[in-house]
Amino acid sequence: MNVIFAQLLNGLDKGGAYALIALGLTLVFGTLGVVNFAHGALFMLGAFCAVTFRYLITLETVTVDPEKLSPWGAPLEIRTPLAQNWLGDFGAVLIDYSVPISILLAIPVMLVIGVVMERGLIKHFYRRTHAEQILVTFGLAIVLQEIVRSVFGANPIPQPAPQDLRGAADFGVWLGMAPNVLTYPLWRLVYFLFSIGIIGAVFAFLHFTTFGMVVRAGMVDRETVGLIGIDIGRRFTIMFGIAAVVAGLAGVMYTPLLPPNYHLGMDFLVLSFVVVVVGGMGSLPGAVAAGFLLGILQSFASMTGVKAIIPGIDQIIIYLVAVVILLVRPRGLMGRRGVMES
Amino acid sequence: MTRITGVSRRQVLKGAGAGLLTSLAAPMVFSKGAWAQDFCNNPTGDTVTFGFNVPQTGSYAEEGLDQLKGYQLAVKHLNGEGDGGMINTLKPSALKGNGILGKKVAFVTGDTQTKTDAARDSARRMIERDNAIMVTGSVSSGEAIAVQSLCQEMGVIYMSGLTHSNDTTGKDKRRYGFRHYFNAYQSGVAIAPFLAQEYGRDRRAYHLTADYTWGWTQEESIKAATEQLGWETVATVRTPLGIGDFSQYITPVQNSGADVLILNHYGHDMVNSLPQAVQFGLRDRQVNGKDFQIVVPMFSELMAVGAGDAVKGIIGTSNWHWNLPDDGSKAFTKSYGEEYGAPPSQSSHTGYVQALLYADACERAGTFYPPEVIKALEGFEFDGLGNGPTLYRDTDHQCFKEVLVVRGNMSPTSKFDVLDIIGHTSRDEVTYDPAMFGGDLGPYDPNNC
Repeated sequence: MNVIFAQLLNGLDKGGAYALIALGLTLVFGTLGVVNFAHGALFMLGAFCAVTFRYLITLETVTVDPEKLSPWGAPLEIRTPLAQNWLGDFGAVLIDYSVPISILLAIPVMLVIGVVMERGLIKHFYRRTHAEQILVTFGLAIVLQEIVRSVFGANPIPQPAPQDLRGAADFGVWLGMAPNVLTYPLWRLVYFLFSIGIIGAVFAFLHFTTFGMVVRAGMVDRETVGLIGIDIGRRFTIMFGIAAVVAGLAGVMYTPLLPPNYHLGMDFLVLSFVVVVVGGMGSLPGAVAAGFLLGILQSFASMTGVKAIIPGIDQIIIYLVAVVILLVRPRGLMGRRGVMES
Repeated sequence: MTRITGVSRRQVLKGAGAGLLTSLAAPMVFSKGAWAQDFCNNPTGDTVTFGFNVPQTGSYAEEGLDQLKGYQLAVKHLNGEGDGGMINTLKPSALKGNGILGKKVAFVTGDTQTKTDAARDSARRMIERDNAIMVTGSVSSGEAIAVQSLCQEMGVIYMSGLTHSNDTTGKDKRRYGFRHYFNAYQSGVAIAPFLAQEYGRDRRAYHLTADYTWGWTQEESIKAATEQLGWETVATVRTPLGIGDFSQYITPVQNSGADVLILNHYGHDMVNSLPQAVQFGLRDRQVNGKDFQIVVPMFSELMAVGAGDAVKGIIGTSNWHWNLPDDGSKAFTKSYGEEYGAPPSQSSHTGYVQALLYADACERAGTFYPPEVIKALEGFEFDGLGNGPTLYRDTDHQCFKEVLVVRGNMSPTSKFDVLDIIGHTSRDEVTYDPAMFGGDLGPYDPNNC
C-alpha cells in the first residue's frame, strides 16, 4: 500500500509539469487554432530565466588571501557574491530563494516572448495547414534551443531549491504511519501545489473575468464575437502570451528537479503532445486530467513488480495508453466533436 | 659488334642469387622507418596529430571537457612548453620535451556527445580526414569499446580515457586498445573491505544501474563483492542513461526492505540520482534496525562537486586524486592548477597520462609504426605518474596499480576539497587472471586506413 501511495505522489509532480505544458498548448490551439511545436521551447526558456536570474544574483567579487594557498600553490582566491556584499544576510536569502524569486523575472519576459512570437511569426500561419504550422513552429523551437545552447552551453546547469525546502516531508507520519516509512521531497510537493495553483488561476481567469469570458466565447465562435465589435484577435494574442507565461513558470519551478539544458523543451514536447491528444484536442480540462493521469501511470510503470512482468514498460507506457485511448475514444478523453476532424 | 666474354652461367646464377638475397635483406638492414608507407597515417611532415575524442555534450560532458584539458596540457608538455609536468617524474622515460621523434605534436578534437555512434563517427573523421596517428579519450565505456573496435579495424592505436567496464579490457579487448583507468572488478575488490568495516556484513542492497555495458559490469562486480561479504541483493534495477529525473526509480527503494542503495551511475546521472535519493529522505531512514546508507562505487571530484552536500559521507572508489602526496601527482596538480585555475580531475589525469605513455612508447620504439609501439607499451612497467608502480599488462592491455577508496568530505575547507582518501588497495590485491573476462586481443598486423 505504501508503495502505491508513494508512486501516486511521485506521479503527481511529473503529471503537474505535463499538465502545465499541455494546458498552454491547448490554450493556443483552442484560441488560435495553431499547433505550436515551439511550446516545449517556452518551457525551456522559462527554466533559463531561473538560470539567468541566479547568474546575475551570484556575480562575484574576487579577493586574494595571500596567507592561504590553493592546491596548486598559488594565493587562494576568495569569491563573494555581490548580492551578499551589498545586502548582507538579505542577499544570502535572495540567493537561496533564487528559483521562486525568478518567477518575477520570468512573467514579464515570457509574456513579451509569447506576444512577439505570435505577432512576429505565428499570425502569418493562421490560415495555413496544420502540417505547415507544425513545420514552422518546430523550426522555431530548434532556433530557440540553439540560441540557448550558444549562450549557456550544452551542459545542464543545476539550480538548487531553497535550503528550507530541500528535505523530505514525512507523509507517513501525517497518515498515522511510523516515521520515515513514506517520505516525499518537499520541493516536489511544492511543485505539485504550484501546478495546481497555476491551473486553478488559469481556469479562474477564463471563467470569472470578462476577458476570459470573451476568450471562451471566441474559442467557440470567433466570427460571431468579432461581428459584435470585439477585437478578438488582440485578446487571442494576449492568450498566446499567457500560455507562454504558464509554460515558462512550469519551467522555472522545475529547475531544482531537473537541471535545465538547451534540450529540455524537446524532452517534454513530445510527451506533452501525447498528453494533449489523450486529453482531447482543444479541451483544457482534458489536458490537465491527461497530464496527471499519464504522469501517475508512468510512475506506476516504473515499479519493480510491474517491470518484472513487462520489461521496459516504463519507457513506453505513455504511448501505449495513448494508443489504447485513441482506439476506444478517437477524440481523446474530453475531446470536442469537430476539432481537427475536417 | 660487342661480345660479352668471360661470364659463365655459374657467375650469372651467383650474381642473381646475391641480388635476390640483397633485395630480401634490405628491409631488415634499414629497419627503422622501412615500413614507411605501410601503416595508417604515417606522419610525413614535421608534426604528428593526436585525436582527442571526448564527450563535450551529453550526460558525461563535464568529465569529457576536463579530460580534454588534460590532453591539451599533455601536448604542451610534450612540445617542451610549460613546466613539463609529469614528464619530469615519469620513470623510466624516453621523453625529451621536443615533441615525439623530433616531430611537434598537434591535435584535433571531437565531440562524442556521450553516444556510441557519434564517438565512432568522430574517431573515423579524425583518422580519415585529419590523419590522426593515435586516437584517445572517452568517458563512457560504450564509446570506448566502439572506438577501440574501429581503431583495430583501421590500424590506429587507441588510448582509452575514462572507461570502467570490465569488458573494455575483457571480452571486448583489442590489440590496438590500451586502458590506464581502473575497472569495475577492481572497484569491487577495493571497496568491499571498507563497506564491511563501515556498514557491517548483514546488509540488504538495492542497485540502480545505468543501462549499458559499464553499468552492467559494475553491478555484476559490486554485487559479487558485496555478496561475498554476506550482503543480500534485494533488487537490481536498470535505468536509462541520461533520464535526469530518477524519482520513479528511487520511490520503490523506500519499501523494498533494502538498507543500502548502490548507485551504479556516473556523470550527470549520478549528479542527479544521488541528490534525488537524499531528497527522498533515504539517508534519514532506519531500515532493519540500521541507518540507511548510499554507496556510489565509482565517483569523481567533478561529480562530487555537482552533487553538492548530498555527497558528504558517501563511500566510493577512484582512479586518482589531486591530493595524493607523490611527486607525479604534485607536479601534475601544479601544472594543471596554474593553467586552468582548478585542481585536475581523475578524468583529466587519465587522459594526460595516456598521451604521455603513448608518446614515450613511440620514443622507445623509435617509430610510429603501430605494431612496434604496441610492443613497447605491452608489459611496460613505470612509476611517477601518480598511481605508484604501474604495469601495462601485455595479455589484456589493462594497467595494474593501486586503487583509491574515497569518501565525500564531511567538512570541506574549500570548494575543491570534496573527497577524502580513506584507503589504498594495493596493486597485488586488484590483480586478477586475464582469462576471467575472456576476449581476444587480435593481431598486430597494421592496416592501411
